[in-house]
Amino acid sequence: MRVHAKRAIALVAGLLLPAVVMADWTMNMTPGVTGTSNEIFSLHMTILWICVAIGVVVFGVMFWSIFAHRKSQGYKPANFHENTVVEVLWTIIPLAILVAMAVPATATLMDMYDTSESEVDIKITGYQWRWQYEYINDDFGYFSGLSTPRDQIENRQAKGENYLLEVDNPLVIPVGKKVRFLLTANDVIHSWWVPAFGVKKDAIPGFINETWTRVDEPGTYRGQCTELCGKDHGFMPVVVKAVPEEEYAAWVAEQKAAAEAERQLTEKDWTLEDLMARGEKAYATACASCHQADGTGMPPAFPALKGSQIALEDMNAHIDIVVNGKSGTAMQAFGGQLSEVDLAAVITYERNAWGNNTGEMVTPKEIFDYKNQQ
Amino acid sequence: MAEQQPQQGKRSNSRVIAWCMAGVVGMFAFGFALVPLYDVFCEITGINGKTGGRYEASASSQVDENRTVTVQFLASNGPGMSWEFRPVVRSVKVHPGESKAVNFFAANPTDHAMVGQAVPSLSPSEGTLYFHKTECFCFNQQPLEAGESVEMPLVFIVDPDIPEHITKLTLSYTLYDQGQPANVSGPVRADKTTNNNG
Amino acid sequence: MSAVADTHSQEHHHGPVKGISRWLLTTNHKDIGSMYLIFSFAMFLLGGSMAMVIRAELFQPGLQIVQPEFFNQMTTMHGLIMVFGAVMPAFVGLANWMLPLMIGAPDMALPRMNNWSFWLLPCAFLILVSTLFMEGGAPNFGWTFYAPLSTTYGPPSTTFFIFAVHIMGVSSIMGAINVIATILNMRAPGMTLMKMPLFVWTWLITAFLLIAVMPVLAGAVTMMLMDINFGTSFFDASGGGDPVLFQHVFWFFGHPEVYIMILPAFGAISHIVPAFSRKPLFGYASMVYAVGAIALLSFLVWAHHMFTVGIPLAGQLFFMYATLLIAVPTGVKVFNWVTTMFRGSLSFEAPMLFAVAFIILFTIGGFSGLMLAIAPADFQYHDTYFVVAHFHYVLVPGAIFGIFASAYFWLPKWTGHMYDETLAKTHFWLSFVGMNLAFFPMHFLGLAGMPRRIPDYALQFADFNMVSSIGAFMFGVTQLLFLFIVVKCVRGGEKAAAKPWDGAEGLEWTVPSPAPYHTFSTPPEVK
Repeated sequence: MRVHAKRAIALVAGLLLPAVVMADWTMNMTPGVTGTSNEIFSLHMTILWICVAIGVVVFGVMFWSIFAHRKSQGYKPANFHENTVVEVLWTIIPLAILVAMAVPATATLMDMYDTSESEVDIKITGYQWRWQYEYINDDFGYFSGLSTPRDQIENRQAKGENYLLEVDNPLVIPVGKKVRFLLTANDVIHSWWVPAFGVKKDAIPGFINETWTRVDEPGTYRGQCTELCGKDHGFMPVVVKAVPEEEYAAWVAEQKAAAEAERQLTEKDWTLEDLMARGEKAYATACASCHQADGTGMPPAFPALKGSQIALEDMNAHIDIVVNGKSGTAMQAFGGQLSEVDLAAVITYERNAWGNNTGEMVTPKEIFDYKNQQ
Repeated sequence: MAEQQPQQGKRSNSRVIAWCMAGVVGMFAFGFALVPLYDVFCEITGINGKTGGRYEASASSQVDENRTVTVQFLASNGPGMSWEFRPVVRSVKVHPGESKAVNFFAANPTDHAMVGQAVPSLSPSEGTLYFHKTECFCFNQQPLEAGESVEMPLVFIVDPDIPEHITKLTLSYTLYDQGQPANVSGPVRADKTTNNNG
Repeated sequence: MSAVADTHSQEHHHGPVKGISRWLLTTNHKDIGSMYLIFSFAMFLLGGSMAMVIRAELFQPGLQIVQPEFFNQMTTMHGLIMVFGAVMPAFVGLANWMLPLMIGAPDMALPRMNNWSFWLLPCAFLILVSTLFMEGGAPNFGWTFYAPLSTTYGPPSTTFFIFAVHIMGVSSIMGAINVIATILNMRAPGMTLMKMPLFVWTWLITAFLLIAVMPVLAGAVTMMLMDINFGTSFFDASGGGDPVLFQHVFWFFGHPEVYIMILPAFGAISHIVPAFSRKPLFGYASMVYAVGAIALLSFLVWAHHMFTVGIPLAGQLFFMYATLLIAVPTGVKVFNWVTTMFRGSLSFEAPMLFAVAFIILFTIGGFSGLMLAIAPADFQYHDTYFVVAHFHYVLVPGAIFGIFASAYFWLPKWTGHMYDETLAKTHFWLSFVGMNLAFFPMHFLGLAGMPRRIPDYALQFADFNMVSSIGAFMFGVTQLLFLFIVVKCVRGGEKAAAKPWDGAEGLEWTVPSPAPYHTFSTPPEVK
């Protein structure tokens, strides 16, 4: 009885009083903000209630027996052990219920597989452990990684409101338009999920998958990677900002301008201090998850940078490994992932932080030339 | 035990073992057979988006002028691949049945010769059956000297039988590092077993 | 062979030899059954302590106790050890002890192979557990070891993991062949197939499932081994392979595997419920057909674990419909059990308590399974804590409670003593409450959006995680009580009659308690 009662209470609380129940005790799926997620929600509720109804009948009979047909109360057992009619009935009735469930499920599924024309196409690439978003029709793109500070994760600082569900650069999409996502991965399988959209799709290296959404309400929606992808699987959130169309257009223009500005920044005269300051930030997002914030790494998989040969000796070898990666290891080629400015900043930072006091710096221009002369 | 068990029981034990072992060997083989079976299955149904090999265009294929299908091109690099790799045009509109040629650009920015292999994938996977490549750089490995760049050709036909609801096909290539070119002929593989990155 | 047969006939009426060689060299089904059960309980505690590490880390948001790398090793090893080390060997142990007694056979059909198949297991798990101490750590890619995380990106210990899986696969296959040979060839005269006890039936079908799918698992890990060490590209896109192929091969094994872990429990429950209802099992024939139907359907549903990988619409629909169909035979079994209880004369000793909890909680696991089968809804449930809740509801009250119920049911037969009923009931209630406290909130966590296999989580998941951890600690500690109860029962206690349960039926209750070292030297006659 206990379990059953608990289930019923949970359901009532979860369904009828969502506003009363504290957010932290959310018990049920939320309907979400897209047509798909609403359809899934109503499907979920339908099946939940069908299950509850079956449960009430089956457990009802069972508890009736438990209370009424006890040996301790002197109940004498009956001796029946088969009844063809009953057995056929309880094969056919569940079958009918299943058909009733399958019909709306099939309709929803067909909607989810809709391939009609989309207005915005975004390519999503999973990396260990962040996402890359590329706006295919507008020729720009960026990486989106966890922005929760290490100090919060390691309990040295109070946790923020969106702990583990915040990123440096959220994905931005326009409301009311069909957005098509094309998913792939660079290394292992990841899975891109935003619960409020009812969208979850695996990102598989070497293969392309597609899904779509149309968000009607502006807002910020949060999700996470849902396929185990290694060490920091729990630390690669998805954040999507749905904005009105004009705002979206302005944002796209801004991104294009920023890409141009970035090119100009490359030409600027940089000082060691400037580069160190920028490098610390870039290092924290791109490098620290493996090589650690203090540069000690996690040998043998992720070597220490503090006091390492690479960071202290030949500058060109250092640039080469950061830009081109090292094949056969986890060291990725960051040449395409970071801007020239960030590459220069990271390399300069690594050569001067944690007691690696080489005093040497490399400018964005030099990185730019390095890439071109190759 | 032996004394209660009639001779016949022993014989049937060995028969049971023989049958079971046959089952075990058969299922082990079946596990491996799933690899080609899966490929065949995918080719028939197009379920995983792997596009087929070279297509021999038949003379009878009619161009359907009334419909257009957008074919969108994507390029990605595999892990550790430092080449610049992108489609020359982002997308093209074609009539089903019409043969179309496009190029992909690749450049090797490193200071050593490398070999790349592009792996194609098409979305929606249902469209795989109706997308035919008559020529593709993905059929062969692509070697590039240090600093060299190349435009690589792709010629394709969208089948006129493509279902009405498919209006856009996305063809994605992932370019993988296959290591340095070998002096001896034959396929070259990168040492990809990198068992140390947790 | 003849030497063994000789020793055997000499010791025939003298009981077992003394000392370590009794256990190392034994071919006696009861000794081997006991070893299987002890081994599986040791693995249950080991896998359980890993679960405690997981729940301790998840007690609060933030990283407190372990680092993410080690957390992933814990989730992986917990899954592997519980599936292959605790649940499967426990059922083989029950089969060893009970099958010959239930069909009136003197021993298993292939006693020497029986000894080998047991001793392979400690070897396999020694290898598997030793990976924890290797450089780079133990396997950290989840018990489903999806490529390429487990191949190109796996730790160096992956090769040892593969060998361990091979060895335990060989052990399971040998065990399965033994069960089939025993059931087909060693039944007492007059025991036709449709007169076999249900535990025998479910084990026969389980053994066929094992023979069908363990080799496929062996094939999958062999392909991994070749990808890792010999440069093939079965699962590597860069060489023309397909990572999704791995999932197809794995789940072709994996889904029947789920039924391998539950069917023998179905059988045991079908003995216990009638015994304590003092009323024959309702619908024996339909029970047998239902198990057969479940086993057959289990080969047609594997891709329901892969709804989000990008299977086309037609595939999604096929696997959704096939999965829904499994609910029909499973429902028949539940209805039969409930009807067996209906108008019986019920009493609630520990085996019955566990059996009733089995039926209720397994059914709840079945309901969430039904929800997961609905492909569009699965896009929301997939790889969240809802799935974790689902399979723990199926496996803990399903497989584990089934094993506890069986253990209490047959302990008097094994030891000759009654167990301590008060302690056993305490064990039940603490397990029951702890288990529900641990796993029920996971449904809410999953629906609220918490992905599985994460070492740290967003703040809105904090409260239910704490509840869940408390429940898990409670459940974990309670299992030490079970150890105490069993040891106490082995060492002494009220003498058990040959048939300690007045409603029990079957040949196993016709031999004295404890069951002598050799039983049914002369086959009994079945009416």
